[in-house]
Amino acid sequence: MSQPSDRILTDAMIAEIRDYFPRYPTRQAVTLPALHVVNRYLRHVPRRAVVEIAELLELAPAQVEDTLTFYAFFPQERPHGKTRAWVCRSISCHLRGAEELMDHLCRQAKVQPGGTTSDGRLTLEHAECLGACEHAPCVLAGDQLLKTVTADDADRFLRSLR
Amino acid sequence: MGEYEPVLLANVGVAGSHTRAVYESRGGYEGLRRALCDMSPADVTERVKASGLRGRGGAGFPTGLKWTFLDKKATPVYFCLNADESEPGTFNNRILMEEDPHQVLEGLILSCYATGARTAYYYMRYEYPLAWERTRAAIDECYAAGLLGSNLLGTGYALDVVLHRGAAAYICGEETGLIESLEGKRAWPRIKPPFPAIEGAFRKPTVVNNVETVSCVRQIIDRGVDWFRSLGVPPDPKNPRDAGSFGPKLYCLSGHVERPGCYEGPLGLTVRELIDRFGGGVWKGRRGKAAIPGGISMGLLREDEFDCPLDFNGPGRYGCLGLGTAAVVVMDETVSIVDVLHNSCRFFAHESCGQCTPCREGTAWAYKILQRIRAGHGRLLDIELLRGIGDTIGIMPGTTICGLADGAAWPIKNAIAKFRDEIETHIKTTNPGHYGATRPVPERHSAH
Repeated sequence: MSQPSDRILTDAMIAEIRDYFPRYPTRQAVTLPALHVVNRYLRHVPRRAVVEIAELLELAPAQVEDTLTFYAFFPQERPHGKTRAWVCRSISCHLRGAEELMDHLCRQAKVQPGGTTSDGRLTLEHAECLGACEHAPCVLAGDQLLKTVTADDADRFLRSLR
Repeated sequence: MGEYEPVLLANVGVAGSHTRAVYESRGGYEGLRRALCDMSPADVTERVKASGLRGRGGAGFPTGLKWTFLDKKATPVYFCLNADESEPGTFNNRILMEEDPHQVLEGLILSCYATGARTAYYYMRYEYPLAWERTRAAIDECYAAGLLGSNLLGTGYALDVVLHRGAAAYICGEETGLIESLEGKRAWPRIKPPFPAIEGAFRKPTVVNNVETVSCVRQIIDRGVDWFRSLGVPPDPKNPRDAGSFGPKLYCLSGHVERPGCYEGPLGLTVRELIDRFGGGVWKGRRGKAAIPGGISMGLLREDEFDCPLDFNGPGRYGCLGLGTAAVVVMDETVSIVDVLHNSCRFFAHESCGQCTPCREGTAWAYKILQRIRAGHGRLLDIELLRGIGDTIGIMPGTTICGLADGAAWPIKNAIAKFRDEIETHIKTTNPGHYGATRPVPERHSAH
């Protein structure tokens, strides 16, 4: 057991994770909620956090790691940008210019898909169907759904980033 | 067909439709209040069975029948609401959860009451932040109003709803993948039997139903069985196993139409009716070339097949996998089928969960072949390779645990069957002089 001062999970995170315990018949079921909590605070889930989540959930770290890596959702090496933007590439968006939109965003933000801008403001990623096909091409930027995104809209979005 | 008055979408566009006050001012929770007082759980189940409601998530299994499979002796019973809508082209669950979250909850509560569930896990995909916020607020409102909690409306029935957030994986929409994910594991679908009704979440009897399905349950309790059965397509008299296609349906229309959107009608509208009457026609005055009938897994229709009715039997008669989610994606005459197939193969290669080798390797291989063809290095032989993959991955050929691979195979099979000339022409014109090449395959001796 590591000392509290070495811990990467703060008391607030631990309290949030513990709040989930009564909602499920097993501790393991709290794995995804716990990963979401940590990722919301740290914008990634580093190895030490995996070990500490496992301690809380009474699991082997490998069990948490196994679930974490399955989803390819939680960055492990370094935090994602302050805004994480997903550019949908599935069929409805593809038919309405998703590829061109991604190219444009990459050029303007000077990143590759999957990359984070040098100022840490933006991580730009591909997404499979965002379920907003009536607004194709669409982007989910944090909690904000950008609809029927034109090149101008994309530029405005990039300028709005802090 | 006369004018159809939407019921599932009746509240969409009404100011504040996501709040309990507005929902109740428009008749919301009246059906639930009546049902909890006047109907036994068995009565609710009977009514849903009699309605002929079939699951709206893609498989079309009769909902009431699914409920009756529950092991009655084992407790507790869990209810999982499948809100992991991820099938490309599909967004009707999102609209219900964003615009009318209480309708979904009313349907969920009724379904839990019928099945004896005391805990419902509401599994929502990560990508729906607005639906998440509104559903969370709606659940809080329900607890405050005694519509959830330890004693629903004073009847003694207790129900908790736990909102659970996914992490962007398509396979979690498969009902046993959803259960594994809920349990905190990788979302690998389970071998069935046992079906969830016998051994599901946390090894207890479990029902998994889709958001639109439980919304239909609410409508059936409100409006009755006769109303529900007056809509849609009755069973085919020549097919004794056909359960019919009754009730309203939310059709998602996207791609190359003038007015993409979610439209409601009875089951059995044709693709052409949807495009022309609701979608304002193919965009830019162009001609249609192809359409996906029910999410990308269902395959492809040619333009001359647009009279295909969207009921549970329709798309199958046109060589497609099935009705799926009734999400229609339209492609105009400028679209390259190679490009569409590349997109589809990329999706399934990305979303295969990796459990079954034929799916994991087959979807990845098909994607590599499509990358090659699209880049102008295709060979005619590749078409046969693709067909070989398409014919051997999935539940139907018996090589995989779940249907993801069938969904991956169908666009490939349909594209080759319906657009073979175009694919051949693409290969020949982009790779002149080499398209006939067949590299000799070196003999390999495997070691053990």
